[in-house]
Amino acid sequence: MKKRQKNRSGKIKDAQREAERFRRRALAGFVLIALCLGGLAARFWFLQVARHAEFAARSDNNRISVRSIPPTRGLIYDRNGVLLAENIAAFRLEVVPEQIKDMGTMLDALGHVIALSDDDIERFYALRKSKRAFDSIPLRLKLSEDEIARFSTQRWRFPGVDVVPYLTRAYPRGTDFAHVVGYVGRIDAADAANLDADEYAGTTQIGKTGIERKYEDALHGSPGYEQVEVNVDKRVIGKPISRVAPTPGKNLYLSIDARLQRVAFDALSGRPGAVAAIDPRNGEVLALASAPSFDPNLFVNGIGRADYAALMNNPDKPLLDRAIAGGFTPGSTVKPYLGLGGLELGLRKPQDTVLSTGEFFIPGQSRGYRDDVRGGQGLVNLRQAIARSVNTYFYSLALDMGIDRFSSWMANFGFGRPTGIDLPGEASGVLPSREWKRAKMEQPFYPGETVIAGIGQGFWVITPIQLASALATLSDGGVRHVPHLLRAMQAGLNAPRVPVVQPQPAPSFVRNPANWDAVRQGMIDVVNDPSGTAHGLGEGFPYVIAGKTGTAERYSRTGEEWTNIATSAISRHEVLFEVFTPADAPRVAVVVALKEGRSGAYDAAPIARRILDEWLKDDDGGHTP
Amino acid sequence: MNPLLRLRAWLRHSLREPRMDLPLLGALILLALVGLTTLYSASDLDRHLVVGQALRFALGGLFLLLLSRVPPNMLRNWTPWLYFASLALLVAVAVIGQGRGANRWLNLGVVRFQPSELVKLTLPMMVAWYLHARELPPRWLTLGAVAVLILAPTLLIAKQPDLGTALLVTASGVFAVFLAGLAWWRIFALLGAAAAAAPLLWHFMHEYQRDRLRMFLNPEADPLGNGWHIIQSEIAVGSGGLAGKGWHHGTQSRLEFLPEHTTDFVFAVFSEEWGWIGVIALLALYLFIVGRGLVIAANARDTYSRLLAGSISMAFFVYVMVNGGMITGLLPVVGVPLPLISYGGTSAVSLLAGFGVLMSIHAHRKFMSA
Repeated sequence: MKKRQKNRSGKIKDAQREAERFRRRALAGFVLIALCLGGLAARFWFLQVARHAEFAARSDNNRISVRSIPPTRGLIYDRNGVLLAENIAAFRLEVVPEQIKDMGTMLDALGHVIALSDDDIERFYALRKSKRAFDSIPLRLKLSEDEIARFSTQRWRFPGVDVVPYLTRAYPRGTDFAHVVGYVGRIDAADAANLDADEYAGTTQIGKTGIERKYEDALHGSPGYEQVEVNVDKRVIGKPISRVAPTPGKNLYLSIDARLQRVAFDALSGRPGAVAAIDPRNGEVLALASAPSFDPNLFVNGIGRADYAALMNNPDKPLLDRAIAGGFTPGSTVKPYLGLGGLELGLRKPQDTVLSTGEFFIPGQSRGYRDDVRGGQGLVNLRQAIARSVNTYFYSLALDMGIDRFSSWMANFGFGRPTGIDLPGEASGVLPSREWKRAKMEQPFYPGETVIAGIGQGFWVITPIQLASALATLSDGGVRHVPHLLRAMQAGLNAPRVPVVQPQPAPSFVRNPANWDAVRQGMIDVVNDPSGTAHGLGEGFPYVIAGKTGTAERYSRTGEEWTNIATSAISRHEVLFEVFTPADAPRVAVVVALKEGRSGAYDAAPIARRILDEWLKDDDGGHTP
Repeated sequence: MNPLLRLRAWLRHSLREPRMDLPLLGALILLALVGLTTLYSASDLDRHLVVGQALRFALGGLFLLLLSRVPPNMLRNWTPWLYFASLALLVAVAVIGQGRGANRWLNLGVVRFQPSELVKLTLPMMVAWYLHARELPPRWLTLGAVAVLILAPTLLIAKQPDLGTALLVTASGVFAVFLAGLAWWRIFALLGAAAAAAPLLWHFMHEYQRDRLRMFLNPEADPLGNGWHIIQSEIAVGSGGLAGKGWHHGTQSRLEFLPEHTTDFVFAVFSEEWGWIGVIALLALYLFIVGRGLVIAANARDTYSRLLAGSISMAFFVYVMVNGGMITGLLPVVGVPLPLISYGGTSAVSLLAGFGVLMSIHAHRKFMSA
């Protein structure tokens, strides 16, 4: 106050000057502020206009997540629409690795709520390697209601773990179709490596064996996807932005008749062996059974160690599909094919006879080849040789034919190579030939080996489907249809069934149909003539049945094994029976093969008859092929 | 007299001879409405939150009304007392304060408040009071005294730690000196000295503050951690484009990619939803408020009023600049709210109280240029 009084005279002037100075400063301040805000506006322009596209994309990346919708797997039916493979609702446990801080600790804690096997955890870790961190990875499939309830009360403890509904596979016919339909199983690391990850996003199961594997592409369908808005925790907010529906897998209709299949298993009653039934007119497989079988449902959601060990350790090998991969020695069942060859190649005439003395000798050699009947069966022609299964006739025919003509003729029926049936894992068997032996053993082919090849012994190995296909070819007069299971496909429940077109078969390789008639007569006699090896089998059957028995020695008679097991006649023999009917225009050809038995007629033929009886119930009399 | 007639007379009088500066008042009301609208969207339509904020605006409005009735002379007489009282409260906070991580709050039983908000007003008052009685433009000695006045509360606040408020408090004091006509050469000399002392500041910073600086320099180094705020904010701003995504269509905030989207980063929500055009309009509104405050200051009656009004106005700009710079990645992350838009009580109340002082200064302006 003192100072002011002192300067009273200049006070007003000072005040005015100070106010003026303030105005200038305020203006300068305002300009500075305006410049700063202008700079800020420029920065906004740079972000919002110049770099807008980049940030808009990053914003969309943030908020839009694409989720795939797995397709529904196609169903599998038999020829009459009986359901063989279906989808049922179930729940599985899934984990998003990205949202787990410490996987080991979490799995430990989770294991106390829901039982997790070592298998589950191992598989989970393996699968995790092939997936992205934010993908949801299945940990346990098919939770029980109890487990779901327990988990839902503890759910808050496990962020990133969720119970997810899904469709799982079920096989209502169980063991009957374990080998034919096969099964699906969890996609494992090996599968994942070979898969198109986009096609299988969200899918946990894949066909592992049988039809399920063979037609995986058709059954799988293709996934749809939806764009969803997610928040920062990846939780889906609101409704999908866009959606492309998945294309469900195709429904498959097989040529198999579930009832025939049931009877086949029933008749086999667990004895190691196989049954194959084919319609010779078109190659459709009507029944294909391999015993013993197993429950395919065990595999769908991961088989337990104990169950798997039990299957693996079973000496009867239930996992082996004997119908297409089981090797059998054909024995006498090859005789009709060889007999037809003798006629076709001009080596024999139907009425030519051979003297059966009980033993056959190659000229200049001392080793004898035995007939089934001690002391021989006298003079027999082709018809009699087939009906009574006279070895000597075929020893001499094979020898006259020579191994080269033998193997090239037999190859017409498909022996020695896979039939091409639409199942994975088919074996090719062995058709004895010079080339085969050279490749396999680096040895020449000896005449004695040719002789025993004539009765289906020696190097011979066939599979039941192979023999059935050969029988169908023979019974249809030399026209070979590739045996197949898939009959029709359907793109949806209400869509039409589209038949699968089979390739046109090559014309018959039989030059003279009369030759075939002669052989057929022999096969009719097998069942219908009192001298036939399986006579009486056709009793009460409305059609004429033709067939051929086979009782093969499993071990060489000179070998050590033969003597060791000589006490049991059953275990020395593989027994077979091949049969078709009606004899003049066959509509079904059946092969029964058993790993052990007394004889083809005793053990295998009754099984075949039961199948024929069942087949008869559905037979249309040949009106609609 | 009929009460209705009396009301009419009062209204007429108030409009003809308003005690408030109507353009400034209108701009503030407009800003508050923009703030509430933005918050309603940023909170994903949380009515509770918006009503709460409106109540804070009402409280701030009450302070504005009360302070506009206090003559500047009276305010000036009380200034030293107010300044030292607020300093004492800051000390109290340092001793018995509360708060998570940072000690900012003082619990007075009835209300909890941050004394640092009080300082935002008492410091420019104190500097203006001090300069009012000095010969202007200030010399080094005066400057030294002012520096002590500024640094005392600033250091106490920075220690809490609340870098944003410390910055605002310092700025308001510095602006008072600037407006007092400090010679340009002295200004540049001081700026040079400050730049030289910057590394010293680094030494005194908390680790989290250093992290923020490092992140500011290179946000992509840790995109899911410390860089997240900056990156998501830039995405929000940039994806807004020229015209914006529209109100409540900003995905960055609605889907919670943007953290703190109702408080420090609400400007990013606004930018995302209203685009560059909206941002320009908002910045223009802020510039108008600052400009209007400076006009009031220029027309003030005495040095104290001029400096106080001027520094309050210019400090208001600092909020906008620091917050805007932060959400666009121009400046490091510092907890400074966007005035009257960010959710939160204390800053809204103290800001409006400051405008109350401006209104009072306006009411007691020189008559020659009314």
